[in-house]
Amino acid sequence: MSIRDTMNSDNVRSKAIFALGLVFGIGLMAGEKGYFGDIWRLYSEDIIYLAQQHLVLVLVSSGLAIMVGVPVGIFLSRDRVQRYSETVLQVFNIGTTIPTLAILALSITLLGIGFTPAVFGLWIATLLPIVRNTFQGLREVPAHLKEAATGMGMKPLHILRSVELPNALYVIFAGIRTAVAVNVGTVPLAFLIGGGGLGELIFTGIDLNDMQMLLAGAIPVAALSMLADYILARAQFWLIPRGVNPLRQ
Amino acid sequence: MIKLDKLSKIFETPGGGTVTAADKVTMEVPEGEICVLLGPSGCGKTTTLKMINGLIPKTSGKIHVAGRDTDDVDPVALRRSIGYVIQQIGLFPNMTIEDNISVVPDLLGWDRKKSRARAGELLELVNLDPGIFLKRFPKELSGGQQQRVGVIRALAADPPVLLMDEPFGAIDPINRAVIQDEFLKMQKELRKTIAFVSHDIDEAIKMGDKIAIFKDGILEQYDSPDDLLARPKNDFIASFLGSDRTLKRLSLLKVSDVMISSQIRVVAQDPVAKARDLMKEAGHKNVVMVGPRGRARGFLHLNDILDETGRVEEHFQALPTTVHPDDDLRTAVSRMFRHDTTWLACVDDDGFFQGFVTQRAISHALGATYRDHADHAPAEAL
Ligand SMILES: Nc1ncnc2c1ncn2[C@@H]1O[C@H](COP(=O)(O)OP(=O)(O)O)[C@@H](O)[C@H]1O
Ligand SMILES: [Mg+2]
Repeated sequence: MSIRDTMNSDNVRSKAIFALGLVFGIGLMAGEKGYFGDIWRLYSEDIIYLAQQHLVLVLVSSGLAIMVGVPVGIFLSRDRVQRYSETVLQVFNIGTTIPTLAILALSITLLGIGFTPAVFGLWIATLLPIVRNTFQGLREVPAHLKEAATGMGMKPLHILRSVELPNALYVIFAGIRTAVAVNVGTVPLAFLIGGGGLGELIFTGIDLNDMQMLLAGAIPVAALSMLADYILARAQFWLIPRGVNPLRQ
Repeated sequence: MIKLDKLSKIFETPGGGTVTAADKVTMEVPEGEICVLLGPSGCGKTTTLKMINGLIPKTSGKIHVAGRDTDDVDPVALRRSIGYVIQQIGLFPNMTIEDNISVVPDLLGWDRKKSRARAGELLELVNLDPGIFLKRFPKELSGGQQQRVGVIRALAADPPVLLMDEPFGAIDPINRAVIQDEFLKMQKELRKTIAFVSHDIDEAIKMGDKIAIFKDGILEQYDSPDDLLARPKNDFIASFLGSDRTLKRLSLLKVSDVMISSQIRVVAQDPVAKARDLMKEAGHKNVVMVGPRGRARGFLHLNDILDETGRVEEHFQALPTTVHPDDDLRTAVSRMFRHDTTWLACVDDDGFFQGFVTQRAISHALGATYRDHADHAPAEAL
């Protein structure tokens, strides 16, 4: 993904989120008076409890994915493993075509039912875009920058830290944003393998054909993904140095 | 000083073949001089340059930089002691201009205050206002400004030796000429020892104290620009220098090299007869009229005043143009052609008449294969 592509998809995403918000807003006004108040009265305890579980799932799995994905991406981008990295990334790319529900199901076969397989499945699903973007971001750093750095007497680790990573940061961050969006969108499924979270309200609501219960799960999930993306977008704006941040001219 | 001794580089190509990018190159860049490595694309200039700071490992031969065999120096320490400028400039987009300039001082552990103060001084040296530029990012600078910063970044830790690979290659011709002039002015003071890669013959002539011409990894000729243009060693060099190489020498010679200093002059109040006598006596066809303190005001042509009487002020013509003794001969010749004249009066910064330069004297200087003949250039054409 080039920087321009990520900018475009950013644009598309924020428009989509805006549209989503609009739909919800209209739904809110069109609904019977007190409808949402009812939901809150009935499910507030469940919502708060399950939202916490939900958040823990998101934070743990995407946190682990960042902690592993970025170093793996860095490692794959090094010259001495360049020969193998394309192959490894091909495998990763095939990995992304597996539906996340299938990944979750597969992780049951490895780890059984509960929190751990849920985190594991989410971690796998989140890892791929992070590794891919870290790798790509670092490989896209112009060779002449590395040459100038070496020629001035910087050592490899120093070049990685002060030249390569800062210049790849925007692309890496875009990967993290995509990954977290995938993650937040997948977490409701974690309920199906016993991981808990707001999915419980959604799927039980579907089973019981209880619209209020379903919305008690769906609305916070939607709000949460918008919030997560907003926070990351702000972080992307402020954390990436102005000189290499296409969002800040 | 940079000394290369039978320096060779043989690349292995993926197909299993080899490319000899540098073939037993032996040359020496004396302290404080600019040596331009010149030649067509792919002749091994960059390879030779990058072996000096170890970016490309040499196959065989010896390199001495500032008196030390580079084999005995840690490559990282060596690179920090050599300024390096590349064609793509290579400013780090994530760092401010100040931090970019201070990269090597920071690596050397200089005090921050000292390195940042130095960054400001260096910006002033290339006419960029530190107040404006220190805190900017590279993308907020024009190409020419970035190029200047690339050059001063190499000077930040005051290294005795600079390696420059087509440092002005990426800018438009007008800006390039300005930056070249700026750099030469700086070099006059700094006296760095510089290896400078170029594929542009005119740049080489302008920048080089010496020029090394390469072909297929072989150093074909290593000479001063004037000697190179006057006496190319073989047909390859002659054709690379171009069929107009004699004209190119014009930009290497200054008006003062062929100027005939002259005390012969008249003032406005002199009688025309005096002007006539002066010209006949000196064998000249023209004489310059100066003001009371010696500023060139005009001239008289002998044929115009053969039978005239009266004072000079009644008969003189304005000088169509003048040249400065520090101008190059290219400028002088082009002015002669533009104004259809065979001689020009030379005046200094303040307009005082210094002497004259003639077409005969110039062609005589170029015709002489060896220099110094210009001193005896004839003045009959005047
Ligand atoms: N890493 C390399 N591997 C193989 N051949 C190379 C390599 N680098 C340069 N060459 C070859 O060496 C020759 C000299 O290249 P270079 O020094 O870059 O030329 P120049 O700077 O004069 O244009 C060319 O034929 C080029 O193809
Ligand atoms: Mg080159």
